Amino acid sequence: MTRLLVARDVKRDYHMGGGGGLVHAVRGVSLDVDDGDYLAVVGPSGCGKSTLLNLIGGIDRPSSGSIEISGERVDTMRDADATRFRLLRVGFVFQRFYLMPALTALENVELPLAEAKVARKERVARARELLAYVGLAARLDHRPTQLSGGEQQRVAIARALANRPRLLLADEPTGELDAHTGAEMISLLGQVNGDGTTIVVVTHDEDLARAAKRVVHMRDGVVVDDRRQDGS
Amino acid sequence: MLFRLVWASLVRHRARTLLAVLGVAVSAAMLLDMVMLSSGMRASFKNLLLSRGFQIRLSPKGTLPFDTDATIGDAAEISARLRTIPDVITVSPVLGGQVYASAGGRTATAVALGVDPAVEGDYEIVTGRSPSTANEFVASDDFFHATGARLGDSVSVAAGFDPQLRAVTGQRTLTLVGRAHFIYMPAGQNSVALPLPTLQAMRGESAHDRVSLFMVRASSNDRVDKVLADIERTVPRVTAVSIETAMQQVDERLSYFRQLAVILGAVSLGVGFLLVTTLVTVSVNERLGEIIVMRAIGVARERVVLQVLLESSAIMLVGALAGLGLGLVTARYLNSILASFPGLPAAIDFFLFEPRDAWVALGLLAVAGVLAGIYPSWRGASLPIAVTLREEAVA
Repeated sequence: MTRLLVARDVKRDYHMGGGGGLVHAVRGVSLDVDDGDYLAVVGPSGCGKSTLLNLIGGIDRPSSGSIEISGERVDTMRDADATRFRLLRVGFVFQRFYLMPALTALENVELPLAEAKVARKERVARARELLAYVGLAARLDHRPTQLSGGEQQRVAIARALANRPRLLLADEPTGELDAHTGAEMISLLGQVNGDGTTIVVVTHDEDLARAAKRVVHMRDGVVVDDRRQDGS
Repeated sequence: MLFRLVWASLVRHRARTLLAVLGVAVSAAMLLDMVMLSSGMRASFKNLLLSRGFQIRLSPKGTLPFDTDATIGDAAEISARLRTIPDVITVSPVLGGQVYASAGGRTATAVALGVDPAVEGDYEIVTGRSPSTANEFVASDDFFHATGARLGDSVSVAAGFDPQLRAVTGQRTLTLVGRAHFIYMPAGQNSVALPLPTLQAMRGESAHDRVSLFMVRASSNDRVDKVLADIERTVPRVTAVSIETAMQQVDERLSYFRQLAVILGAVSLGVGFLLVTTLVTVSVNERLGEIIVMRAIGVARERVVLQVLLESSAIMLVGALAGLGLGLVTARYLNSILASFPGLPAAIDFFLFEPRDAWVALGLLAVAGVLAGIYPSWRGASLPIAVTLREEAVA
């Protein structure tokens, strides 16, 4: 199995305003993730999980250390390159879905394809295919306000997969969903991983963590446990 | 997709966007009016001077036409000399004065022009005809209203009034043969035109062989400078003024108008700019979460900037187009007020619309629209993604 993600001694410090001093959000995390893996990062609130996810996805930069994805250094990329990297190589799923409220489900999925300059006909076909994949073939023209939380999160996953990224990063994807819908989401993420997409998910949801192949425990900005789960 | 997002953000708060567009429209209307005002009066004055094709005016030395009561003597001789100058194709001598007219028991005072009826340099016949004999004259609408006279009536016209004798002087009975539009006269002015020798004779010795000005038509605009030089050499006793020289003097007199127009135009442009900047900044602040997620999923910073700039430009453009119509309506209204300004020819337009003015106003507003989007677009595009996502999540 090829190595997709290599993080070495990653640290992230924040200067807090108002005399809050320096906060060490991530304190030297090293992590290897193989292609096709399904990793859950768990730990108490404020332990640095989401910060680590942001660093891996290139929407934040480490104070020190290095992050490589598919052999490319994410931590040293120029802003424009990091943006392009996020567009084509990484998919993001957020706790609050963050769909564009004025766009339909189809248009939300089209958005990253349009940004990647995919021809209209092709991107509409791809967006339809993805929405069918997440079980929303009948909800293409619905706006986010017309969709349930679970449906919105499905659209968000379809959007994240639009440009066929090898790595899907999800930050508390079941955090806003009820237990039943959360279970459906866990199933969908398992399906996505089963179809070959590597997933790194940050979660407090024990069910979601159990569904992952590997669980990394963080506390106070460091990895305190990293183990593969039975059956993975 | 970009235009879809722009449209979506504009229609999200329809009432707010509409109010902003209306605000820009008012601002654009004022800007257009000021642009029209700054150039319109000048252009209108030039059109007026050129309306009968006379490019040169000759007035008594050191004066402007009709600026004083001074007159030019030996008019016949000067007229003859002017006609000998190559490239001079028409000479129109004009004597100005005041007359007292009585018809049907009503009396009216009028400005009288002694002219060469064959030339019709100062008026256009509306109905009837130009005088063809010494005892005929034409008059303005206002004169007809004031005296109740009709075409073909005999009207008693006097060139003066002696207060000691309580009697009019230089009286003639003239036949009213035409209704005319007097090109250079103010609105509401009773005006008449009669053959030059008739008016000279009516005014007596003081006006014998004298005129207030000559109007000269050159064979082409290219020859005006040469004709001017020839006139100065041939008739040194007069001041010869070309349209260009007259326009320079008009420019000097109108400089306050133009400065006022520029300042008010700049203010209205500034108000429009601030209005759109404020609106788009508020709109961006409301959409920080959306914008930052777009950035997070790989939408380029430039695309965010472009989207916001398009939003501000769209508001400006729609407002400007609405303002164009509004500006023309208000200009017409203001023009009707200013047209009654004492002493100004009725044909002068303060707000003369020229397509160039509309393009200037639209261009300025387009630039202002883009500039108005710079701050909010910079704000939207420069947000730190991770920090803003966290803040949005907390919010």
